[in-house]
Amino acid sequence: MAFYFVQFLTGLASAASLFLVASGLSIIFGVTRIVNFAHGAFYMLGAYVAFTLTERFSGALGFWAGIVLASLVVAVVGVLVEMVLLRRIYHAPELFQLLATFGLTLMVQDLVVMIWGPNDLLGRRAPGFKGAVEFFGQNIPTYDLFLIALSPIVLGLLWLLFQRTRWGVLVRAATQDRDMVAALGVNQKWLFTSVFALGVFLAALGGALQIPRDAVHHALDLRIIVDVFVVVVIGGLGSIIGAFVAAVLVSELNAFGILIFPKISIILVFLVMAVVLIVRPWGLFGKQEAAARRTPGLTVNPWRPLTSGERLAAWAGLAVAAMLPLVGGNYALTVGSEIAIFVIFAASLHFLMSVGGLASFGHAAYFGLGAYGIAFLAKMAGLPMIVCLLLGPLLGCLGAAIFGFFAVQLSGVYFAMLTLAFAQIVWSVAFQWVAVTGGDNGILGLWPEKWAAGPASFYWLSIGVAALAVAALRIIVFSPFGYALRATRDSLLRSEAIGIDAKRIQWTAFVIAGSVAGIAGALFAYLKGSVFPDSLGISLSVDALVMVLLGGVETVSGAVIGAIVYKMLSIWLVSQTDLSKLVLGGVIVLIVVAFPKGIVGMFETLRNRRRPELPKPALLKSRIEGAE
Amino acid sequence: MKLSVQDLNSHYGPAHILFDVALEVGEGEVVALLGRNGAGKSTTFRSIVGLVAQRSGRILFEDKDVSDQPTHAIVSRGLGYVPEERRIFTDLTVDENLEVGRQPVRPNAPHWTREKLFTLFPNLAEMRNRPGGRMSGGEQQMLTIARTLMGNPSLVLLDEPSEGLSPKIVEQMVAAILTMKQAGVSIVLSEQNLHFARLICDRAYIIERGRICYSGTMAELDARPDIRDTHLAL
Repeated sequence: MAFYFVQFLTGLASAASLFLVASGLSIIFGVTRIVNFAHGAFYMLGAYVAFTLTERFSGALGFWAGIVLASLVVAVVGVLVEMVLLRRIYHAPELFQLLATFGLTLMVQDLVVMIWGPNDLLGRRAPGFKGAVEFFGQNIPTYDLFLIALSPIVLGLLWLLFQRTRWGVLVRAATQDRDMVAALGVNQKWLFTSVFALGVFLAALGGALQIPRDAVHHALDLRIIVDVFVVVVIGGLGSIIGAFVAAVLVSELNAFGILIFPKISIILVFLVMAVVLIVRPWGLFGKQEAAARRTPGLTVNPWRPLTSGERLAAWAGLAVAAMLPLVGGNYALTVGSEIAIFVIFAASLHFLMSVGGLASFGHAAYFGLGAYGIAFLAKMAGLPMIVCLLLGPLLGCLGAAIFGFFAVQLSGVYFAMLTLAFAQIVWSVAFQWVAVTGGDNGILGLWPEKWAAGPASFYWLSIGVAALAVAALRIIVFSPFGYALRATRDSLLRSEAIGIDAKRIQWTAFVIAGSVAGIAGALFAYLKGSVFPDSLGISLSVDALVMVLLGGVETVSGAVIGAIVYKMLSIWLVSQTDLSKLVLGGVIVLIVVAFPKGIVGMFETLRNRRRPELPKPALLKSRIEGAE
Repeated sequence: MKLSVQDLNSHYGPAHILFDVALEVGEGEVVALLGRNGAGKSTTFRSIVGLVAQRSGRILFEDKDVSDQPTHAIVSRGLGYVPEERRIFTDLTVDENLEVGRQPVRPNAPHWTREKLFTLFPNLAEMRNRPGGRMSGGEQQMLTIARTLMGNPSLVLLDEPSEGLSPKIVEQMVAAILTMKQAGVSIVLSEQNLHFARLICDRAYIIERGRICYSGTMAELDARPDIRDTHLAL
């Protein structure tokens, strides 16, 4: 009994940091409508800066002053980020904001390693809280008790701040109607900046308070952000009480999940989240959000199938690509196969985003599931390659069917956060369930059969499948199903009013996209000869998003170009610099701020500009926006 | 001159909404902006306070050009705006809604306190702690006006304050606006309802299809039934 009680208290203590970070995220979202992916990065920065400051200052005063000072320093960094970057993208679609803040996260990861080095750092113990209290033979660290007491105090202070001060009233008013607050003479710019500063301060404080408990390392950001997304999805975005309750719930589930399913404790959290989403899609304390701003994909240039000339050009492009083995060596062919595989992967996400208007932040889950599907079939069942290639992607299809069912119940940022959380859960299972997946060691020795083993034949196989997949997705875009899907993207209400079962259409699209991603993952497994949890990871999901964005989210097949350009760039970049994350993050931020239409989108704009007729699409745009 | 609008042109995307609109409001004057639904009344107001992004022309408030300033800067000079859609903060209580509107005292404008506003709108006094979302339409309309007055404006743009209200509430609204006038607040009032405007206003402009097509005193307009029929009758 005492053991369970101590386990319960440990859970409560872990909830403290989670609550601080999640409430910061919620507050920022409430006012600015930005889901700040970089919140995990600010948490991590808080821990690193606090480590340095508490090492420098001595004594009890030094320690606590160091913690607070560290949070303030990081809050100032947050203010700079808000003023330089976020102010430019407040009116951009949600997807762009998530991506830009993810780009920041990438940059911070490299910067942190540059400044503090790659090794784990062990912080000091908190003065005054070094000991433990004995409870029926079990030890409870006094620092845990301190954290348990802290979170309700912070909750109370936040409540007072929002209910009892003019600033709080203004923030709550701005959460509801920003323009009206301005029309009453309040300068929103500083309101936004101060809200962002508070949110970042809370995140950094959450990180700083962890240093007596946990080592500081450069993967803290992604670990916390996934937990935080789960917390705000359960608690409801924008609700501080929701963040508190859900943080406690998730921490307790983790604390006890370890006892029940030691290997895959994350399953428990997933189950609870699924139940909450079915019962209350906007979280326990959340409110139904008004329709999202312009969904990705919504375009002012109506799509059309390729003209015969363009079709000819596509065939010619494919023929040129097919001739690569005549000139390129083995390395070029391997790179070529990899690019072809990423064309499939990016095209599948592009289909979901552009045609379905659903921006998934966890598309790699289905890519990776396809890869693991191959590994199970080939290694355990010993099936021939062609059978594996046909059946392997089914695992991706199955995953997409299960997760997609829940994900399409939501839209906008909730959809993005949920898909990310799902992907991270699949990743954790692959990572933790060593007996089946091999954990971090992966599954090795998956080689293609003889007919496809040569670099040239595998390359031809890859571009053949890529061409088929892209063509199939295009055919779907211009099929009745594609029209229905585009209708749900443009207006959910109106499409339902004309008898389209919107959720089912979106679910089907999700499954199609997941299956195609599974095909890409299957080929990838054979290309690499192995499968690792990385093929399910966030960075791969974001790679796909950047490919889509680079190609142009408002185009029909921009992802093809986006994948080719991005993959070549990133392969070249990795060979050139050790700071690839810093550069990549910078590129993402730059694309979002300066180049939001993507490569293909830019060419289309140029081409349209040359045609004379053009006041029309712009008028269409204002009509679409006006009607929403 | 309290407010002078010159050559105001506004666009929503490529759609041209206002064409060379010109308006003038003298110190302490109450002016009506009359016109049918969709004539451009709300767009005129929104353009004056800077809520329409694409606009050109000059807007002089107290002889100072404010056309390049952001909304909050224009409003905090003392140019109050009461939107047509009311836009009460539904999660906030009456007191909190008023708090959002609060601004420092201005030397050239009457100073409104909560207590004064509660005498002006007695209904609000009884529901200070009620969330804005749980008020009737008429109460919400009173709250929007009171909220704007908390900013101690010297000029108020009132967008269709009588729209959708019961006759009894409209009476209270007339009384409240007259009190504002007596206190020395200049007012521009947009209306479709000529009777309502006649009770309050000194002068009137008529706007149709984004163009000012008539201007004159209320008495002159009354003497011209032809104009009334062409531009205002349904």
